[in-house]
Amino acid sequence: MKDFIIPKDRDMGTPAKAGASVTLEIDGVAVTVPEGTSVLRAAAEAGISIPKLCASDNLEAFGSCRLCVVEIEGRRGTPASCTTPVTPGMVVHTGSSKVGKIRRGVMELYISDHPLDCLTCSANGDCELQDMAGAVGLRDVRYDAPEKGVMVNHFEARNTSGEANPEWLPKDDSNPYFSYDPSKCIVCNRCVRACEEVQGTFALTIQGRGFDSRVSAGNAGDDFLASDCVSCGACVQTCPTATLQEKSIIELGTPDRSVITTCAYCGVGCSFKAEMNGDTLVRMTPYKHGKANHGHSCVKGRFAYGYAHHKDRILKPMIRERIDQPWREVDWDEALRFAATRMRGLQEKYGKKSIGVITSSRCTNEETYLVQKLARAVFGNNNTDTCARVCHSPTGYGLGQTFGTSAGTQDFDSVEHTDVVVVIGANPTDGHPVFASRLKKRLREGAKLIVVDPRRIDLVKSAHVAASHHLPLRPGTNVAVVSALAHVIVTEGLMDQDFIRERCDWDEFQHYADFISNPRHSPEATALLTGVDPAALRAAARLFATGGNGSIYYGLGVTEHSQGSTTVMGIANLAMLTGNMGRPGVGVNPLRGQNNVQGACDMGSFPHELPGYRHVKGPEVRKVFEEAWGVQIDAEPGLRIPNMLDAAVDGTFKGLYCQGEDILQSDPDTKHVAAGLAAMDCVIVHDLFLNETANYAHVFLPGSTFLEKDGTFTNAERRINRVRKVIPPLNGYADWEITQMLANAMGAGWTYAHPARIMEEIAATTPSFAGVDYALLEEKGSVQWPCNESHPEGTPLMHVDGFMRGKGRFIFTEYVATDEKTGPRFPLLLTTGRILSQYNVGAQTRRTDNVIWHEEDLLEIHPHDAEMRGLKEGDWVRLASRAGETTLRAKLTDRVSPGVVYTTFHHPDTQANVITTDYSDWATNCPEYKVTAVQVSLSNGPSDWQEDYAAQAAQARRILPAAE
Amino acid sequence: MSPEKMVHMANQIATFFKTQPGTDQANRVAAHLTDYWEPRMLAQLRGYVATGGKGLDDIVVKAAGLIS
Ligand code: SF4
Ligand code: SF4
Ligand code: SF4
Ligand code: FES
Repeated sequence: MKDFIIPKDRDMGTPAKAGASVTLEIDGVAVTVPEGTSVLRAAAEAGISIPKLCASDNLEAFGSCRLCVVEIEGRRGTPASCTTPVTPGMVVHTGSSKVGKIRRGVMELYISDHPLDCLTCSANGDCELQDMAGAVGLRDVRYDAPEKGVMVNHFEARNTSGEANPEWLPKDDSNPYFSYDPSKCIVCNRCVRACEEVQGTFALTIQGRGFDSRVSAGNAGDDFLASDCVSCGACVQTCPTATLQEKSIIELGTPDRSVITTCAYCGVGCSFKAEMNGDTLVRMTPYKHGKANHGHSCVKGRFAYGYAHHKDRILKPMIRERIDQPWREVDWDEALRFAATRMRGLQEKYGKKSIGVITSSRCTNEETYLVQKLARAVFGNNNTDTCARVCHSPTGYGLGQTFGTSAGTQDFDSVEHTDVVVVIGANPTDGHPVFASRLKKRLREGAKLIVVDPRRIDLVKSAHVAASHHLPLRPGTNVAVVSALAHVIVTEGLMDQDFIRERCDWDEFQHYADFISNPRHSPEATALLTGVDPAALRAAARLFATGGNGSIYYGLGVTEHSQGSTTVMGIANLAMLTGNMGRPGVGVNPLRGQNNVQGACDMGSFPHELPGYRHVKGPEVRKVFEEAWGVQIDAEPGLRIPNMLDAAVDGTFKGLYCQGEDILQSDPDTKHVAAGLAAMDCVIVHDLFLNETANYAHVFLPGSTFLEKDGTFTNAERRINRVRKVIPPLNGYADWEITQMLANAMGAGWTYAHPARIMEEIAATTPSFAGVDYALLEEKGSVQWPCNESHPEGTPLMHVDGFMRGKGRFIFTEYVATDEKTGPRFPLLLTTGRILSQYNVGAQTRRTDNVIWHEEDLLEIHPHDAEMRGLKEGDWVRLASRAGETTLRAKLTDRVSPGVVYTTFHHPDTQANVITTDYSDWATNCPEYKVTAVQVSLSNGPSDWQEDYAAQAAQARRILPAAE
Repeated sequence: MSPEKMVHMANQIATFFKTQPGTDQANRVAAHLTDYWEPRMLAQLRGYVATGGKGLDDIVVKAAGLIS
């Protein structure tokens, strides 16, 4: 760790331990540390810095550099303090002349094979080798290259006579974000260990021995880009020299200050230090004290922030009368007046309920709160929804029904205590990479893994990790598989009766036990439907029920189905049956997609719920907000996104304010979405870029990035993290200010001066947030809701002594086949997902160098299905469903089973959602993205729809220069 | 909303509650509908039931009658 900014970021040398206290004496100071702690760390705790190079407190000690040697009374020699554990009464001397001499000798050797161009080195001032040379008092280097002999260094490309040095290797610049300069490597092995221990990818090795040792990515001949490297940056961060270095630092120089903030990509919610040089952001490094990520990151948060300055970003408001006109740049006043007049005009003409909002899961809690307040208090209706509708709304419904609260039960740290992990319909290594790294670490320590997924995701088999069971079910049969697991647990008597008696409704359980014991739920009976081997399913159920702490992590592969809510309830049943609730290592954990899905749901974005998941029908709840806002609140639920679009087509919904969402690209059945948008008279898009939805917009309000505003995000573990302003908004205003201006243009009279004031209002109206304020977040870094009088410090684990709703409820989970069925016309099942380097619709990541890893969406198809259709790798194929058709290139792989095809949806040209249908979850209308019956055939280019669409988009994106 | 889509959505809800124990399925479908469907959707449903309710599950028809 390069700890030059925040003192408490100091690298303690070796990982912290927990255990009985041990007291020893270091340089005359008594120190008490937990058993198992290294002498190096114990010294650091006492404020004594022992020189070190190969040690870092996020890696196990390695003991290779010998710089950290000390003398210990009663022991011979000079042991390395990083690998020596403390013992009671030990007496250590860290600074004797003997160890000083050894250290200088070590450093002399290192420096003799290191270029002395410190002044122009990109790591100047940020280099541990430099620091250590200073710390040990190295003053001269006596080693010289033999005069006429072969070169014995790694850093000079040629000798003085111009002959090439065979030991010298050129820089590897293949990764877009960091470079590897072998000439500066001291072979401390930290990068290799970081890749193994922290990231779990095992992309790096040390090739060769002794003087020939080299860090090598992948196999011989691979560069970083060609290797398995996933560009997480862990090796770069730990490298003590300039060998592995961010290109941004090489280009812009080292930072002089930093601001702690939160990644705006996924629901893991990693904390970062935004490192600044003046007002330029030079680097994002994962923050060691971030409670979700503990100093780790993935390629997106660490490197993919360049979109903030991308040339496509729109910085001026724009309006147009009709969508076939080009955009006209105007000032804020004019844009807001135009928007407000139109929206009010629509309400006058078509009624109060003819307009609505879509809040963003990308924006802060404060911003989301304001947008739903805009609908409820200013528009006077409940027409507010959020893109969480299309991802995790079934989680809200399912967990609300069973446990009484709509959130994951654990914190991420819980995974360190789990023994058996079930991953259902999630792909953590791509979707939630930092969580995946922590999970893989636990798996390498011996925890068992069960994967339920139609596709062989990376976790099933990757370096040093293998699933005990992979149940490759047919898309759409989740309920049957989850019920079969419960059937095995109940009929084989593997449930935790004590837990059920104490914590759940016993009568309900008995009914449920009868229901689930019926042979129709057995793995054997459902195998034909699900395609899952009954023996494997039985073994998986036994393992989960009897293997110790069992935890379930699930994603959109569970929710985005006709029976999404039912599967969530089935998952809750499994956790209750086995008593896996209310302690570390267990629980039900929805992996949220976007950074603030949890927050968007908490903040009352749904049309039937006020903040804190309280139905609008409750007069006492409405009263709270009516008093706070001084308005009447509609007691009837509003329209959900798909309902808004239906109503638009019917002509009763006319105006939409859409913040930070691209519904045209991300929502299913694109043609229907386009028709809905086209039928509206006022579409206000508030975003960074002219996204696809903006093709149908009349007003464009330029948004701000997460770097440009203050606020909070709530991650998948209910953790409220601060987002801090790092640079001023390039568009002039933070998003919450823009919503406020729009509200005021419509007569609201809001006067929030800072997001902290908005949070005060949230705390005052929402019991689970009652204790949250910015001062507390400043002090604690983050808190997990509920945070109130009974939990002043927040709640890492939920349902510890009882469920939120009192007794846990077992709900019957009968499998119902989706109506989306394969047949002769559409014989294959399409399922969708995403990959590591791109983020959802890709609006941000496509505007960064991440495109190097994923230029286009591909259709994964089993070689058998491909052969039947005469398809080869890379062929253009036509993908058709009853909703529409598109074209993309084929990728032949046995990751998918025969009969199943798979694609990602990151690129607008692919239009994967032209294919998906309007079927949705029975309870929440969450679209059934994960199952579409399709046909695949050879094609020779883009479909008509793709071409028409591209033409319309180009037309709709024209901008006239501002009239001066 | 197209009538087919509305019928499909309403029947999906009925299908779930029909699998649940007890005898008050129609009430539960009605409760779910009033909790989650916007008034103009409910109006469309009632109107559809009034004109015969073709394709609707019996439970939905009953539930529609329970929604004021
Ligand atoms: S690249 Fe850096 S971290 Fe890796 S061995 Fe070389 S100096 Fe150490
Ligand atoms: S960037 Fe991450 S994955 Fe790549 S080599 Fe470094 S530690 Fe390994
Ligand atoms: S995208 Fe997710 S895992 Fe990656 S850095 Fe951001 S919050 Fe962390
Ligand atoms: S730091 Fe202890 S041997 Fe390198």
